[in-house]
Amino acid sequence: MSKAGPIVGGIAAIVISALVFLVPFAFIILTAFKDRAQAAALDFTWPASFNLWTNLVEVVTTRNWMLVTAFINSTILTVSSVTLLVVFAAMVGFILARRKSRWNPLVEFLILAGLMIPPAVVPTIWLMQGLGLFGKLHGLVLIEVAYNLPFSIILYRAFIATIPRELDEAAIIDGARPLDVFFRVILPLLWPVTVTNIVVQSVGIFNDFTNPLYYLPGNQNATVQLTLYNFQSQFNTSYNLLFTNILLITIPPLIVFLFFNRQIVAGMTAGAVKG
Amino acid sequence: MTALTVTESATRKGHPAGARRRSPYPAWFFLPAAIIYGVLFLAPTFASLYFSLTRWTLFNSVFIGLENFVQFFREPFLVQGLVNTVIYAVITSGLKVMLGMLLALLLTSNIIARGYLRSVVFFPVLVSTVGVGITFTVLMHPTQGMINEGLALLGIDGPGWLTDPRLALISVALVDVWKGVGLATVIYIAGLVAIPKDYYEAARIDGATRWQNFWYVTLPLSRPATATVIILSFIGGLRTFDLIWAMTRGGPGFASDTVASVIYKQYQAGFYGLSTAGNVVLFVLIAVLVVPLTMFLNRKQGHE
Amino acid sequence: MKLTKRTLLTGLAAGLLSATGLAGTAYAQTTLTVLVDNSADTVKFSEALIAAFEAKHPDINLELETRPGGAEGDNITKTRLATQSMNDIFLYNSGSLLQALNPERTITPLTGEPVLDRVADSFEQAVTFNGQVYGVPVQPAMGGGILYNRKIYEELGLSIPKTWEEFMANNEKIKAAGKVAVIQTYRDTWTSQLFVLADFFNVQAQVPDFAEQYTAGKAKFATTPAALRGFEHLAEVNAAGYLNEDYGAATYDDGLHMLTSGEGAHYPMLTFAIAAITATYPDAIDDIGFFAQPGDSADSNGLTTWMPAAWYISASSPYQEEAKMFLDFAASVEGCDVITEAVGAAGPYLIDGCGLPEDVPPAVSDMLPYFQEGGQSAPALEFLSPVKGPALEQITVEVGSGTRSPADGAALYDEDVRKQAQQLGLPGW
Repeated sequence: MSKAGPIVGGIAAIVISALVFLVPFAFIILTAFKDRAQAAALDFTWPASFNLWTNLVEVVTTRNWMLVTAFINSTILTVSSVTLLVVFAAMVGFILARRKSRWNPLVEFLILAGLMIPPAVVPTIWLMQGLGLFGKLHGLVLIEVAYNLPFSIILYRAFIATIPRELDEAAIIDGARPLDVFFRVILPLLWPVTVTNIVVQSVGIFNDFTNPLYYLPGNQNATVQLTLYNFQSQFNTSYNLLFTNILLITIPPLIVFLFFNRQIVAGMTAGAVKG
Repeated sequence: MTALTVTESATRKGHPAGARRRSPYPAWFFLPAAIIYGVLFLAPTFASLYFSLTRWTLFNSVFIGLENFVQFFREPFLVQGLVNTVIYAVITSGLKVMLGMLLALLLTSNIIARGYLRSVVFFPVLVSTVGVGITFTVLMHPTQGMINEGLALLGIDGPGWLTDPRLALISVALVDVWKGVGLATVIYIAGLVAIPKDYYEAARIDGATRWQNFWYVTLPLSRPATATVIILSFIGGLRTFDLIWAMTRGGPGFASDTVASVIYKQYQAGFYGLSTAGNVVLFVLIAVLVVPLTMFLNRKQGHE
Repeated sequence: MKLTKRTLLTGLAAGLLSATGLAGTAYAQTTLTVLVDNSADTVKFSEALIAAFEAKHPDINLELETRPGGAEGDNITKTRLATQSMNDIFLYNSGSLLQALNPERTITPLTGEPVLDRVADSFEQAVTFNGQVYGVPVQPAMGGGILYNRKIYEELGLSIPKTWEEFMANNEKIKAAGKVAVIQTYRDTWTSQLFVLADFFNVQAQVPDFAEQYTAGKAKFATTPAALRGFEHLAEVNAAGYLNEDYGAATYDDGLHMLTSGEGAHYPMLTFAIAAITATYPDAIDDIGFFAQPGDSADSNGLTTWMPAAWYISASSPYQEEAKMFLDFAASVEGCDVITEAVGAAGPYLIDGCGLPEDVPPAVSDMLPYFQEGGQSAPALEFLSPVKGPALEQITVEVGSGTRSPADGAALYDEDVRKQAQQLGLPGW
């Protein structure tokens, strides 16, 4: 195999990807640096003066430091929901892949239904009120778990099916209990897909806009996406502030990604070698 | 979580070593997920089935039979909305499958700057839909937007991406692909990496070309990943709402309305019964398209 | 190792769940929350009102919460009322939109409260439902018509048009001078309705019983030539090429910017935009004038008027007395002064004793004669009839963009209206 192919292809890929994927981000960043007048032109130009700090201060302090509260809320929401999702979905995926029972078709149907059916907002609110979950952060955690379970289960089930049964059978013969089998044998082997789950679901939940809007009313409960929405018309004359906000709320998902990026690769290699 | 630990120790006490072994795959593993899902998703959904047959003000509901469904199909743009929904789903899922596979192949090959490319492709997945919507609405502005200003440099008179009724839906679909292709790529990478190296080794010994490698090894063996990408992005496309709402709100006029945005508009207007009936219509549409698709993809998978 | 990881995970989740449970701790002081839309001027005067109120009542703490405007705001308001999770005090439209809130179940009636003695009768009618009065006015009364740039009018030597023909002739001259004659901003779809809604004075001048017949399901937009005119106007300005090039992508704020910067001459709008201009482009406020939307005849030239939004008290609020104190304050001379100071006076107040300052912006002084004795004005259709179709703004965007004919658009709107009337359970539909 010649060396030229990958290099030429690589350079082409770098140029195209930069144009398609990086330019919009560069636009966000550049606009976040500009002052209001220059930002209003919506041009892809170098900032005439650097105002990132002023913009940051203004965005963060707006509406009584709402953004700080929102960051705390969103972090709690995301970490709790993803933790529950990973454990519960992996449990379901594990049993689904391993145990052929008369429940399986029903469970499969419910998973598909969960992916397909748009949630019924108002009956849900009514129910949550009855349970004392409405307007509470832990209520929203459970909502996110309920709505995102099907996707996580599908990811897990597909990959559990690729793990040889001999592994857990060997553990069972050694006298391990179901929970031991699951937590000590299966869950570690699922690490690659768990990483995928963590990244995808945490990003999705952190960026979720509709559900907090309905199920978590109130300023003290705002999540970061709601701040963007709240600021959208308040800042509609100030694109620099709007894009500073977008920039700020993109940082946490970015950290999650940078943190897990190596693990995705490492975990995947481990998963591939295991056979 | 606490309940889980307690049950574990209880099981341990109740069944000392040597006792009759229960199934190593206990059905109660379903339970935590089932309770949350049943209470917060299934129960409201069943309640909404009834309300779709009523004229509902949230305080009282008058049973009116199928009148909501009749009305819903009389919505002047529902037929166009149905067509739009399918077009949107096909475009987004089709492009995500093709580009996702292509990118995954590229990113698992020994290309230079692989780490950079992986990060860059996945990056849009990290940004919120509302943020992406705002950004691209600005970039696609017909006169001031960067896209058309860029095209003008090349001497091309750019169209009104979001303001031309013929283009609006396609433009949003392309942004959807831009944002979602990273996820499809990751699923594909996971699928490709899981293919045992022995297959390629065997193919190499048989003297297979790169193309044969792809056609006879990679493609069939990555079918689970393909099925996942197709089903998820197709359902996502049919249900899509956030991005359309952030970018065009179904407009200009009704040009980029999908079933989901029609439902939402009825909901906003306070036609709760009508909106719930729309939910049922959307559900049926998805079921009619996705159930056969799933069966088809799974059947193929079973044959291997 | 694996066990440690699991224990860690368990502990983390449990810890976080208990932490979230503590999130909603109570305050010692009485705290009420107030929900308003998030437009810059609303936030500004609401904050000012709250600050002034809290200074007077140190034991009451008011917290401002904002929601999106437009249809999404309607949605949040309706959902919160229906689930009894509405803020103690909220701001919402008067007129036909109030009817859709089911006020008998969700809003505290104010009938018999002393504050209503100060509120103008015309406003009370707009917040009355089955004999009960539900709100007090948030802002001054408004007109719907054309905001125009006075500098352009001076430069080109134009005079205020009294008929649609004169208006179009002005447009032609403005276009010839290389300016945008009519600003349209269809990205914010609600702004596209003005030509239709603000034409109602002219409709009523020709068909005096239109509102009544319309509510009864007998008069239709498509079959009443006078009512169809509004849709036709929309199509005419587009067909003549008077619009700004980016009308499909421009926003309300872009429109204000174009108008104040002198890029555009006419912007069909409600006069609450005067407050927005005062808040965002204070230097340009003296360049902006206002006239009623001209009709076919110069003899009957008058203004279509709007009642402002109202403050309401949620029926589910535990702080009824405190909330009434706030409404009493907001609808007082003191309250008017606070608003005038915060965002300027955008029109005649609907509260007894509230006067306007000496130096109101020209757009406001242009509007006042229509309201005074001898001036001609008529309330907009949404204050005479409970029926307003929700899809009007999409339809007007299509008619205004030239993708649908006026007759077609009007017929489509009639269909939309039928749905709303059925939902309200009106007879004759």
